[in-house]
Amino acid sequence: MTLRPDLAAIIGFVAPGARVIDVGCGDGELLEALRDTRAVDGRGIELSRSGVLQAVARGLSVVQGDADTDLVDYPNAAFDVAILSQALQAMHAPRAVLEQLLRIAARAVVSFPNFGHWRVRVALLAKGRMPVTRTLPIAWHETQNIHLCTIHDFEALVADVGADIETARFFAGGKVIGPAFANARAEQAVYLLRRRN
Amino acid sequence: MADAPADGDARFGRDRTLRIKSPLPLDSGLQLSPLDIAYETYGALNANRSNAVLICHALTMDQYVASDHPVTGKPGWWLGMVGPGKPIDTDRFFVICANVLGSCMGTTGPRSINPASGRPWGMSFPVITIADMVRAEIALLDALQIERLFAAVGGSMGGMRVLELAAAHPERLGNAIVIASAARHTAQNIAFHEVGRQAIMADPNWNGGNYYDGEPPSKGLAVARMAAHITYLSEEGLTAKFGRKLQDRDAVSFGFDADFQIESYLRHQGIRFVERFDANSYLYITRAMDYFDMAASRGGRLADAFAGTTTRFCLVSFTSDWLYPTAETRSIVHALNAVGAPVSFVEIDSPHGHDAFLLDAPEMDAVIAGFLAAGRTS
Repeated sequence: MTLRPDLAAIIGFVAPGARVIDVGCGDGELLEALRDTRAVDGRGIELSRSGVLQAVARGLSVVQGDADTDLVDYPNAAFDVAILSQALQAMHAPRAVLEQLLRIAARAVVSFPNFGHWRVRVALLAKGRMPVTRTLPIAWHETQNIHLCTIHDFEALVADVGADIETARFFAGGKVIGPAFANARAEQAVYLLRRRN
Repeated sequence: MADAPADGDARFGRDRTLRIKSPLPLDSGLQLSPLDIAYETYGALNANRSNAVLICHALTMDQYVASDHPVTGKPGWWLGMVGPGKPIDTDRFFVICANVLGSCMGTTGPRSINPASGRPWGMSFPVITIADMVRAEIALLDALQIERLFAAVGGSMGGMRVLELAAAHPERLGNAIVIASAARHTAQNIAFHEVGRQAIMADPNWNGGNYYDGEPPSKGLAVARMAAHITYLSEEGLTAKFGRKLQDRDAVSFGFDADFQIESYLRHQGIRFVERFDANSYLYITRAMDYFDMAASRGGRLADAFAGTTTRFCLVSFTSDWLYPTAETRSIVHALNAVGAPVSFVEIDSPHGHDAFLLDAPEMDAVIAGFLAAGRTS
């Protein structure tokens, strides 16, 4: 099984045997890979019933729930790593969710589509319409992405909530790219954040 | 499976009863003796006795989970869940289902003979709790020499016993499946049970619980069942099935016959029930459920019931179940998350109310099969 490069990057950020929670874990593909390759003690939260059903059928410990409201139920530092993969932009309160991730885990891995990518900028500039691109394929009125941000926006939020960026990976065209001008060149970003104590 | 200890073991199979030698200590401070436990087993116990699955039945069910009922002749109450190739696969698991303490299908209850008097216990039977029922089930496991269950599975009151078992004996339980259940009885739950109990006690035949020589309080028990049966369904389900349809007539009769199909249906449910259930058992078991509050019996914090547990949990609720609604299951999930327990939870979409867990529910089957498949019987 070949994982998407952003998921492979996330796995690279997780130490073997870590206690992990995947927030918005979908059908459990990433958690399963983490269990099988990193032997993590994994948990998941997923909003969709179909996602939970598939994840539990994979033998994963996943609960049906809403990241916007249910993360408060977890105790402080319950996990080593909290993962929010491609879901930040769908949260009602991204800042509160980020703060919760860094409360329940020492480290957070957050990936998101970069709204600062040049194709997005060109689409908006040239057509004057909300962009529909490879990483943002759904029209504005149908997408679940209600809080899109750029890489610069995200880094500002991280500073704002008092967390440190340990490292980051950037992707374009399904390949890893360097960090230079990432805010214009990257379609996807994956950040490893650490709670400042 | 030549080395399987199950082969030829007289303790295993259908329609078994074991007498537990030592007295059963009860929450009330009393002891119960003698204790008979009637049960059935399905499938074969493996050589290292690690594939046992205990099924905990609900209030009015019994041990006939996957075989014909001896009184009604009806097929097992969970045939869709238990059997070869089913989610609880009897080709893989050794399944045990015991008639619950206080019931009336062979396990000791108020209809049993009190050896001190030589007469049925009746209302001199001690008041029991969910924890007492679990103690009896543990006593059965001890007698069957099953140290650790691969899994315990229960819906409704059965789910309460699975939770209590997980809390009281975490070392004996690998996987816990709790369906359409709760960690406590709410005021509304108690209220409906009280209606049922009062209906039984208002029947002159009840006679203070002393009716085993004469006519049983069938009318009272039937009314209790009718009231309870409404709580097992949903408004949506009742409307879809009955609506305001009339029973074998074109117009209302301006009388008190069962004009409406729903009336006829409930009366039928009541009549069928009294053929197979003892009114005093109904009083005792509903009381046990009303007393159930896992948090209160552990200092007020439900999470403390599960501190340090290594049991895997799978909880299932149904959208239209208003008897034990999803919020009750969520509070259990919350408590399990608080102690870092491995827990899965899904709310399944169903119009069938509380009874959904007994009906054909492919999503429930998929969750339970997947959850059990991932556990290791070693």
